[in-house]
Amino acid sequence: MSHHIVEVSGLEYRYPNGTHALQGVSFRIEHGESVGIIGANGAGKSTLLLHLNGCLLATQGTVRVGDFPVTRATLPEIRRSVGMVFQDPNDQLFMPTVQEDVAFGPLNMRLPPEEAEARVQQSLAAVNAAHLAARPPYELSGGEKRAAAIAAVLAMSPDILVLDEPTSGLDPHARRKLIALLRGFKHTKIIAAHDLDMIMDLCTRSIVLHDGCVEADGPTAALLTDQQLLVRTGLELPLRLQGCPVCAR
Amino acid sequence: MNHVKHKGHEEHAVLVVNPGMAQFESALNDIRALERLAARDSPVQRLDPRAMVIVTAAFLITVVSFPKYEIAGLVPLVLYPAILVAVGNLPLRVLVRYLLLAAPFAVLVGLFNPLLDRAITARLGALAVSGGWLSFLSILARFLLTVSAALLLLAATGYSALCSALGRLGMPRLLTTQFLLLYRFIFIVADEAQRMVRAYVLRSRRAGGMPLRVWSSLTGNLLLRAYDRGLRVHTAMLSRGFDGFMRSRHTPHWSWLDSGFVLACAGFFLLARFGHPAELLGRWVLQVLR
Amino acid sequence: MHMADALISPATGGAMWVVSAGLALHAARKLRNEITERKVPLMGVMGAFVFAAQMINFSIPGTGSSGHLAGGLLLAALLGPHAAYLVMFSILTVQALFFGDGGLLALGCNVFNMGFWACLVVYPFIFRRIAGNRPGWSRLLTASLMAAVLALQMGAFSVVLETRLSGISELPFGKFLLLMQPIHLAIGIVEGLVTAALLSFVWKARPEVLDFTADARDRAKVSLKPVLIGFGAAAVITGGLLSWFASTHPDGLEWSMFRTSGREELAAPADGVHRSLSEAQKKTALMPDYEFPRPDGNREESPPESALQAEHWPAVKAGTSLAGLVGSAIVLALAGLVGLTVRLKRRRS
Repeated sequence: MSHHIVEVSGLEYRYPNGTHALQGVSFRIEHGESVGIIGANGAGKSTLLLHLNGCLLATQGTVRVGDFPVTRATLPEIRRSVGMVFQDPNDQLFMPTVQEDVAFGPLNMRLPPEEAEARVQQSLAAVNAAHLAARPPYELSGGEKRAAAIAAVLAMSPDILVLDEPTSGLDPHARRKLIALLRGFKHTKIIAAHDLDMIMDLCTRSIVLHDGCVEADGPTAALLTDQQLLVRTGLELPLRLQGCPVCAR
Repeated sequence: MNHVKHKGHEEHAVLVVNPGMAQFESALNDIRALERLAARDSPVQRLDPRAMVIVTAAFLITVVSFPKYEIAGLVPLVLYPAILVAVGNLPLRVLVRYLLLAAPFAVLVGLFNPLLDRAITARLGALAVSGGWLSFLSILARFLLTVSAALLLLAATGYSALCSALGRLGMPRLLTTQFLLLYRFIFIVADEAQRMVRAYVLRSRRAGGMPLRVWSSLTGNLLLRAYDRGLRVHTAMLSRGFDGFMRSRHTPHWSWLDSGFVLACAGFFLLARFGHPAELLGRWVLQVLR
Repeated sequence: MHMADALISPATGGAMWVVSAGLALHAARKLRNEITERKVPLMGVMGAFVFAAQMINFSIPGTGSSGHLAGGLLLAALLGPHAAYLVMFSILTVQALFFGDGGLLALGCNVFNMGFWACLVVYPFIFRRIAGNRPGWSRLLTASLMAAVLALQMGAFSVVLETRLSGISELPFGKFLLLMQPIHLAIGIVEGLVTAALLSFVWKARPEVLDFTADARDRAKVSLKPVLIGFGAAAVITGGLLSWFASTHPDGLEWSMFRTSGREELAAPADGVHRSLSEAQKKTALMPDYEFPRPDGNREESPPESALQAEHWPAVKAGTSLAGLVGSAIVLALAGLVGLTVRLKRRRS
């Protein structure tokens, strides 16, 4: 039993216009791990994420999720186990009401409407957004949209949660709530972000991407205190580790 | 509600300079207001959407089937929207605004009738009424009735329930999907459009429409952004198992109430169309008054 | 150019619905074969784009007035003819439902006038033929202008035809045509210019977005002849049925009265108020023989048979009589009363 292990080996991807986005990426993520994917813009984070649920297919190398290699034929199974939350919730909330958005996935899985409805209730409750069920997405705040988008993905009962910049655009309170929420999830979590402080809060392990390659892969605490590594890869220390701006200590 | 008001204040100066900008806000607000109507709970909203579609179609056909000069015959049909508005607790203000917005074309074309058809066809005491005025009033009556019926259909069912009802009544799935996606995207794209237009307006001195060169660049950019948005949404949809068709979470329940509603309305429409209730009522009253 | 329900007859509305719906079914079937499921969200988003773009006005040089994009041709150039037709259908439906812009019964007419010509006729047979695969700016402009002008002329002509056939508006065919066509010629020229400008913009930035740049074998084949013949026939039958229902069917009550009593109207006692009222009614009402009063004020009572014969299409019956007015007033009052009562009851509960 592969216990939903995510295994990427020698992954290379070249865009149709020729850009070499990923060059030989390899790593292995065990069940229940919480891994951060960090790197400068253009390092290949989003591209990498899109390979994890088959939205992009590798030019070279392999991606395996659990028992299945990611190929065109196995896409339905892959997408059942990998739930992806994209950066812009507006891209994910395309139905007239939140509950219809959350029901979209289960209905696509051919669940009968009553069961889909049950899933909707569970998922909205899991993100503390049950009160938003009948609301149209355009009425929601950034944080609420984010919660709704996550619920929409949770409704498919994925084993692995992949999130692309989950805290971007959120106000401090909403961000806090989201971090607390994500901490409570027992799924395998793969989070790509610039918010290094969140990565420190949520991810025990981090992978640093630079120019399409894995520059480092190890415990978050070690990576995010390595100033040389961070500067080399276009990042900097998490804000909490930088000097206090008031007393300069 | 608050933030919308505040925005209104900020943008007041801008709106005055370029009334075109107000269009987005008011159009979107209108849509939101109408959708909120459908979210209320009343016997009208509890009807099966298919029943409303059937009754609305029958009503529209009945109204437009009257002869050109008919006015009295149209009046009893007012009972349909009147009762639905009352039972459905719909604010009259919304209806009036909707009617006013929809008025121009019909009224304008209708206005030609009194000018063109001057043959006197009726006299009320000393007043000679030309056929043209009769048909114009008939057009007005038709307009009020048909446009109200459209609003009621929407207010009773709500857009997405209406779409899935149409799907169950035979509309091809691709078209149903298109209806649903269009609705959702309108908010996103109109939002972007509004932001782009605002950025332009704040940097330009012209009131009224923008020069063609600016327009094609702005609109072209909007198109590309919308296109990219479409691709991203497609990716998100695929990630949630999309296979080309939208499935509905609405489960159909057609109850005896719906059958009763359809039959009662059908009966009423037939009566109004062929039974001349207004004339009969009038004659009876006149007879009694004697 | 959106037609309202108030100006159409059931025959015209019904017939055009049959045609438009039939074309929609046809388009959906065609797309099922060629569609990648990527086109689906694109159709949605492009529809929203056209909807939003229609709210962005540009000023027309030299006139001081402003205009906006109609969008049928543009959609076809982006999505292909069948998809564009369905998108126009959806846009017009949203406009009819949420803004009352165009009636629901007239929706069939509007989709035909603004969707069919631009997307299914003019784009494949004119625009693509002129523009080819890789047009330069002048080719593109020519193609756009000709296509847009033609699409709008046909659309305007359709509006005039539908209005005339409905017989509700008095606008005479010739004069209406003379009014509509020149205006829409101007609108068409502007639409062509504007569409060309947009297409050129997209062509430079992202050529893969366009439909007509695709290779010939990837393009949808549009052959409408069998479709049009089929739906044309269906439309004619529907129109015929509905017009029979609307006007040639003898009024039920009068018919039954005639059958039972042998008289069109029951003779009323000729005394007192009733006599003066009935005389007033004679003066104000049109008698069941549906003839206009002769200039000399006399009216000839024609035998009942000709009354029924006179009820040929288009039926001309003025439904105004004193009784009608009185009855109408009462009904209106009743409607208001019912409305108020129900409302009050609901507010209390």
